[in-house]
Amino acid sequence: MFIKHTTIERNTILLGVLTLITVAIGGLVEIVPLFTIETTIERVEGMRPYSPLELTGRNIYIREGCYLCHSQQIRPLRDEVERYGHYSLAAESMYDHPFQWGSKRTGPDLARIGGKYSNEWHVAHMIDPRAVVPQSIMPSYAFLAQKPVDPADIAQHLKALRTVGVPYSDEMIAAAKADIAAQADPDADTDGLLARYPKAAVGDFDGNPARLTEMDALVAYLQMLGRLVDFDRTQPGGLRQ
Amino acid sequence: MTAIAANQPYANRTFEPYVEEVVRAFMIATIFWGVIAFTAGVYIALQLAFPALNLGLEWTTFGRLRPVHTSAAIFAFGGNALLGSSIYVVQRTCRARLFGGAPIGWFLFFGYQLFILLAASGYVLGVTQGKEYAEPEWYTDLWLTLVWVVYLIAFGGTLIRREEPHIYVANWFYLAFIITVAMLHIVNNLSMPVSIVGTKSYSAFAGVQDALTQWWYGHNAVGFFLTAGFLAMMYYFIPKQADRPIYSYRLSIVHFWSLIFLYIWAGPHHLHYTALPDWAATLGMVFSIMLWMPSWGGMINGLMTLSGAWDKLRTDPALRFSVAAVAFYGMATFEGPVMSIRQVNALSHYTDWTIGHVHSGALGWNAFITFGMLYYIVPVLWKRERLYSIRLVSLHFWIATIGILLYITSMWVSGIMQGLMWRAYDHLGFLQYSFIETVQAMQPFYVIRALGGIFFLSGSLIMVYNLWRTMRGDLRNEDVLPRYTQPAVAA
Repeated sequence: MFIKHTTIERNTILLGVLTLITVAIGGLVEIVPLFTIETTIERVEGMRPYSPLELTGRNIYIREGCYLCHSQQIRPLRDEVERYGHYSLAAESMYDHPFQWGSKRTGPDLARIGGKYSNEWHVAHMIDPRAVVPQSIMPSYAFLAQKPVDPADIAQHLKALRTVGVPYSDEMIAAAKADIAAQADPDADTDGLLARYPKAAVGDFDGNPARLTEMDALVAYLQMLGRLVDFDRTQPGGLRQ
Repeated sequence: MTAIAANQPYANRTFEPYVEEVVRAFMIATIFWGVIAFTAGVYIALQLAFPALNLGLEWTTFGRLRPVHTSAAIFAFGGNALLGSSIYVVQRTCRARLFGGAPIGWFLFFGYQLFILLAASGYVLGVTQGKEYAEPEWYTDLWLTLVWVVYLIAFGGTLIRREEPHIYVANWFYLAFIITVAMLHIVNNLSMPVSIVGTKSYSAFAGVQDALTQWWYGHNAVGFFLTAGFLAMMYYFIPKQADRPIYSYRLSIVHFWSLIFLYIWAGPHHLHYTALPDWAATLGMVFSIMLWMPSWGGMINGLMTLSGAWDKLRTDPALRFSVAAVAFYGMATFEGPVMSIRQVNALSHYTDWTIGHVHSGALGWNAFITFGMLYYIVPVLWKRERLYSIRLVSLHFWIATIGILLYITSMWVSGIMQGLMWRAYDHLGFLQYSFIETVQAMQPFYVIRALGGIFFLSGSLIMVYNLWRTMRGDLRNEDVLPRYTQPAVAA
């Protein structure tokens, strides 16, 4: 065997090709089945793509690197389920490009933060975290309330996501620009929006109905996190992977 | 520069000079980015202890600066050390000039610095893919892909035109590093840009598939960027510094193939108890534990190379860096498999224990082996008799070591403490601590950690001064221990 290694270590191409084959195997065996085994994603009711405003908020979440301190993945351990709620399902991030499970909890898990605090709490907390949680070490995100959301290219975002597999319909893309404004406008007719995106949190989020800001978008996103799956209508077998 | 004229067996052959200016540039970039990476690390460590340091500005929050620190450490400091040292090593061990010569070398140098600047400026401005260690957006990724392909051509081309019959073991590791990083980078960064003139893109994968692809990438950034590439450095520079051959050729072969085969499987241990199916997490755990053996194979091969030359540790503090690096490598690659065990991971995951583990690798292994390499290579490249000061190397070594110990011990304590506090119940069966109580409990350890970082940064500034004076050609008048001799000019 070691005599043959002489052949390998005298031939650059052979060494390179054998190396590539050796390092390709593990990934192929582990990753490919996740795309082919159907039960990898649980069979549950309620998942839908993000509304345009939630998507905008999610992009702000990514931009600010929130995932570096907050996880979005509750493990099936007693203390985590009691602290945060039902353990996270693969289905709950099936439309997440990219996933934001995180790897560190400098702050608490956010997978089911939706609906736990009021909009006012979130806004006050973003503007000055230590005003509501004195021991907090989170940075201030007051600047979000000053930055307007530009809805001009939101339809482009939905189209890009459709290319990578998120089931945005033509109707959703056509209505995207109107939907992004309607979700944060307390006086808007939101029937169409809620039909397209059930359970979306609607209303003015940042306390200033006159402007659509990044604060509106981020709070709209936080307020829907973990609320989509209808656990009452889920069969135990449906959760089996 | 007309190197290897002496003591080379092919006396009737004419050799082209090696490409060395590019290597010098890479070494200066390594030193520069090292200081940037350590400074950024100290700053964000202080932000966690004193949140007012986020300054209330969007460009200076922890969330935006943390990727600056990680990318500066891994890709800028580590990457420049790898590219530069590989160009240096491949030419000498092949007795061949770099394929493509100086032009391809300078393209690699400036192309790689441009990649770093594109990535770092993006982070501060909020341009990120949101995947750890793969934060650069699509346009930066495409540029790096081009640079990397040219790197493969230059490195592989040099191997092909070698005058030595065998490819030296360091080059196996460099080649595996280049090929595997290309594979990981391309697959993990597959994405759909929103617009050809915009920065934003969406990952081609979603949710659980995206998670495993990311950690397949992320763990093997450790495995191939920070391990295989740096093992290549070990395989060239420790024998050079110790003036001894590699301990075991057979161990090199066994450990090379087993390491690169097993490492790739280990990624899922980052996803224990998540929505990733159990079979995948279990595979990741089993392979992570098996990985302990080839990792220690490398450690043994590196350490035992000092057989008969252990006394040099007393007299050559540069070699002490390299050898301590291998010892830290051994420690981190033991801790890693332990943390990959599901039940241990249940406690360690999401806590500072992981951060401490990473830094025992990054500071103890990667940075120390790089410091050892720099202290060896700078006098050689700048044609100096020896370093400006040997004593300053020793001072750097002890300050940096104290820094690492403060860092990893404080993170062990805070990580394990936080993990235990999260799962603590009172006598009535309720969770004992609110989340914010666990945050508050960590404050003293965050201060100690930042102090460790300050020690480590201070040590690196001593190195900068020492290497700068060495480059200038200065020699400090000091009593060098009598047995210290600078290794002969490279051959």
